[in-house]
Amino acid sequence: MFLTFDGLSRGAVYAAFALALVLIWRATRIVNFAQGAMAVATAYAGFEVSAATGSYWLGFAVAIAAGLILGAVTERVVMRFVDHSSPLNGVVVALGLVLVIQGGLGMIFGSEFRPAEAPFSRDAFTVGGVALLSRFDLFVFAAVGIVVVLLALLFTRTHTGLRMRAAAFAPDVSRLLGVNVSGMLTLGWALAAAVGSLAGMLVLPTELGLHPNAMDIVFVSSFTAAVVGGLDSAIGSVLGGLIVGLLLSYVSGYLGATVAPIAVLILLVVVLLGRPGGLFSRSAARTV
Amino acid sequence: MTALLRTESLTAGYGAAPVLHEVDLDVNTGSITAVLGANGAGKTTLLRTLSGLLPATHGRVLLDGKDLRGVRVEEMVRRGVAHVPEGRGVVTELTVDENLRLGGLWRKDRADVRKAMTEVYELFEPLARRRKFPGHQLSGGERQLLALGRALVGRPRLLLLDEPSLGLAPKITAQIMTLLGTLRDRSGLTVLLVEQNVRGALAIADEAVVLALGRVVTRGTDIDDEMRHAYLGF
Repeated sequence: MFLTFDGLSRGAVYAAFALALVLIWRATRIVNFAQGAMAVATAYAGFEVSAATGSYWLGFAVAIAAGLILGAVTERVVMRFVDHSSPLNGVVVALGLVLVIQGGLGMIFGSEFRPAEAPFSRDAFTVGGVALLSRFDLFVFAAVGIVVVLLALLFTRTHTGLRMRAAAFAPDVSRLLGVNVSGMLTLGWALAAAVGSLAGMLVLPTELGLHPNAMDIVFVSSFTAAVVGGLDSAIGSVLGGLIVGLLLSYVSGYLGATVAPIAVLILLVVVLLGRPGGLFSRSAARTV
Repeated sequence: MTALLRTESLTAGYGAAPVLHEVDLDVNTGSITAVLGANGAGKTTLLRTLSGLLPATHGRVLLDGKDLRGVRVEEMVRRGVAHVPEGRGVVTELTVDENLRLGGLWRKDRADVRKAMTEVYELFEPLARRRKFPGHQLSGGERQLLALGRALVGRPRLLLLDEPSLGLAPKITAQIMTLLGTLRDRSGLTVLLVEQNVRGALAIADEAVVLALGRVVTRGTDIDDEMRHAYLGF
């Protein structure tokens, strides 16, 4: 029971992070391998502000805002100029960005682990002697839930959401209809990076703490979650995140934590071999 | 009549080799001009250059007498130019309703956008029955209607239509041609119509321009038999 709640809590974080990957993939056909490093960078900014001001929430807000800015800057300054003739180009540039960000963080903050503070107790409530979930887990569920709902509303109910979807699917047609496609791309990157930052702020206190490479392992799990869900499906990425979280939790609980990363990789391989389009993707949605 | 749209020695193309050579064109306000020619004559390239999707390498495009150089593609719709590209104009991932809304997103007059959408649904009955369907579930003909309807939601002054009859049943093609004539007569809509369906286009066009290998070879209100044989194949 505890493993289930623990898995769902981790899964919620992977879901958010996977969702951020899917947002960028859908808009640009780039898997943003730099997302982990970007999230760590904004988390450093957030925790620095928290340490300086003593207010966790101010730091939290700074981290999310830094995510928005970093995402927009990354798109405007770097990703915009990636040549799309080969899908590998975006990957290579993103990986380069990882090295730059992680190297930069190491130079500024050092590469030792720092503790990352949690805003709520991580002690689990117990019901009838069985540990269930902590206040922090509840916070994670609430934060991810709110973000998922807000994004869903943005994309389905607002003009901007419609513009963003159109710009991603058919850039030329959208421009002919007066949509500022390049602005929508920047907005998409900003939102995705902010969601990534949120995931970072939610996962760093539970995992290893703050470190330039801290999100690498989270990235692997979340990327798996996104692939499991089908890279094109936002709902799929959320479900994929929960599946990966549960898998990790059960495997760590019953077989040991060292086996868990292997289980994730096995899941990734199995999905790629069995259903490369993801478990929740509709087949051949785009026919022209 | 005054020219709403004018090109002066317009030259454009992909890469080093131009597709269009020195095209001079006058499209009068409230007229329908048919652009005819064989495949590869440069008809689609002409429309793409007019709407700014493809930059001109030489010459210029004037709208209301103003040079359009440096005007961004997304600005064109605000100047009253609607370009309905060939075949692929519908965003297939979005529903019929979302595609139509997209056509009016740039407009401030929300009430008129709703009114225009209602009009389009009345004009194109098949679309009204499929409002919530994603574009990829529509037939080719329905997609053409949707792309045209979406342009009309923007209440354009100048409509650039690329092969609207492509994949449509003759009856629906005739309907569209009649509709274009009605819009011209009632609201002064100006149309530049690229068509393979030469008879249908000539039936409503006030003027025709024939392109061959990127050059204007003839123009006028009446295409004579020799020209028809030479360039249009009938």
